[in-house]
Amino acid sequence: MAHKKLGRQTLVFEKPPRIISGATIVGDMEGKGPLGKFFDIVIKDDTWGEKTWEKAERKMFEESVRLAFEKVNLNPERMDCMLGGDLLNQIITASFAAREIKAPFLGLYGACSTMAESLILGSMLTDGGFFDVTACVASSHFSTAERQFRMPLEMGGQTPPTAQRTVTGVGCSVLASSNYEGECIMDNIFVTGGTVGRVVDMGISDANNMGAAMAPAAVDTLVNHLRDTERDISYYDLVITGDLGSFGSLLFSDMCKEKGVDLGDRHLDCGNIIFDKNQNVDCGGSGCGCSGSVLNGYLLKRMHEGDFERAFFMATGALMSPTASMQGETIPGIAHGVILERGKL
Amino acid sequence: MSSFSDYLIVFICGGAICVIGQLLISLTRLTASRILVLFVSLGAVLTAIGIYAPFAEFAKAGATVPLTGFGYSLAKGAMEGAKESGILGAFTGGIKATAGGIAAAVFFGYLCAVIFTPKTKK
Amino acid sequence: MKKLKREQIRYKEKVDAIAPKSKTLSGCIRAFIAGGLICMLGQAIGDVGSLLFSFSETDRASFTSIALIFIGALLTGVGVYDNIGAWAGAGSIVPITGFSNSIVSPAMEFKREGLVMGVGSKLFTVAGPVLVYGISVSILIGLLTCLFS
Repeated sequence: MAHKKLGRQTLVFEKPPRIISGATIVGDMEGKGPLGKFFDIVIKDDTWGEKTWEKAERKMFEESVRLAFEKVNLNPERMDCMLGGDLLNQIITASFAAREIKAPFLGLYGACSTMAESLILGSMLTDGGFFDVTACVASSHFSTAERQFRMPLEMGGQTPPTAQRTVTGVGCSVLASSNYEGECIMDNIFVTGGTVGRVVDMGISDANNMGAAMAPAAVDTLVNHLRDTERDISYYDLVITGDLGSFGSLLFSDMCKEKGVDLGDRHLDCGNIIFDKNQNVDCGGSGCGCSGSVLNGYLLKRMHEGDFERAFFMATGALMSPTASMQGETIPGIAHGVILERGKL
Repeated sequence: MSSFSDYLIVFICGGAICVIGQLLISLTRLTASRILVLFVSLGAVLTAIGIYAPFAEFAKAGATVPLTGFGYSLAKGAMEGAKESGILGAFTGGIKATAGGIAAAVFFGYLCAVIFTPKTKK
Repeated sequence: MKKLKREQIRYKEKVDAIAPKSKTLSGCIRAFIAGGLICMLGQAIGDVGSLLFSFSETDRASFTSIALIFIGALLTGVGVYDNIGAWAGAGSIVPITGFSNSIVSPAMEFKREGLVMGVGSKLFTVAGPVLVYGISVSILIGLLTCLFS
């Protein structure tokens, strides 16, 4: 019998792992946004001295992992496992970066939900006693995503007002087992559980309206999480979603209300806060790197300082593919939830 | 040389065709590629049924510069070719009439693509 | 198209109802101005060409197209055309300069994937369909002309 599972989809960790370190690297526009000062490295030129954007994203991925380990004086090659992914075909960013880092590697694809997916899996493997130190990483890059999913950069045209801009950014969290005794830059943030999301498709087919495609999945995960844990929403100080954007957030809180969950002012969307309204980004940011960088750069720091005690972090992903879209398929959404709690060892 | 009123007509007609495109984009969310395909085909069909030629006579560049004008040149060329040399002309006429544009597009397109590098949008 | 379930249809209707809308009127005005200006530029190029080289009507049309395609390609290369497009929408897509933009932009983007399978094949991602349909329709029209004359 699975004894660490609650209800249908929720996991509860016996020995909750801690997030002991994190690092973020973002692009120029993200650096100029409201959260700019929280990120570790802001690259001015988004090729970062590399020949192609794909190589640049890979370098960002690798450097963020190295930086997160450097902060706690660990050698990344000594970690037990790296879990991570990105948006590109065959997740080349993650796997090619893993080639350089040389640590054991599990590649993940969860579209923009990758940050939460990696945290859930990393925590399970840590709580299960398999690993002591793992890295959970998610990255995206505006220029690599744009050419894979949308239009060439220099193509003249307009984006509809529901569009979101893919964040150039990468976030890396270092997870350690509860009895880890080495250095850490954060000592009080625990991953106490998680809810594995279901794929929900409410029939949205417009690739320029990802918020609407993903919002139902986020509602589904949140409602099921509350049901599984028999918790009231007031248990959490903050419900964080990954990249619903302003329109998706509106739908999200609306649908939550319909299901009897009143979020009040405890909802925060990473895609909403990473850019400023006058940066011309329509509905906000999106991409794996959006929730990855905002969580590790901004939210965990605030939590570490005690601004909030308990947060439910849901990274939301639109599992679309250009090929499937051309075949007339709708866009399935997914959201994985991670429970983050402040506590003492 | 064209007169001022010619230019005014060019401006209004060319602008109006673009407005149709804009309406299609905002109301039906057609992608740019579909708009272009649609306009070329539409221009050709309107030429075949005898509407576009008098319009082009009237609107000049206002009718020939939008992509419907490309369809117009193709269809006009094919029709003239067909009248002159039958089936063979139907095949060669369209491309003959637009050869300059197509060749320029391929040549300048290649040249610019090789010389320039795209930049991330701000 | 996939068949949608009832709850999906209801959700889509809700989304369509409250989604932020594109500003159709201002978009149309901008498309009108930009498209009109590009066509006027074409007319002026034709006039200058005719004056300098005393072109026939067909040559004048070819000259105008070639010049506009060159301008569109150049503006795309130096990174200006996408900004024009962001303002003008269809006003810069529908004129032949937009056709040129749709050729250069994917090609330059795939330069790093090589000169043959990168630039060479990506030149035609958008232009390909335009040529396929344009040429095919014109041939059909030519054949119909043969048949009925």
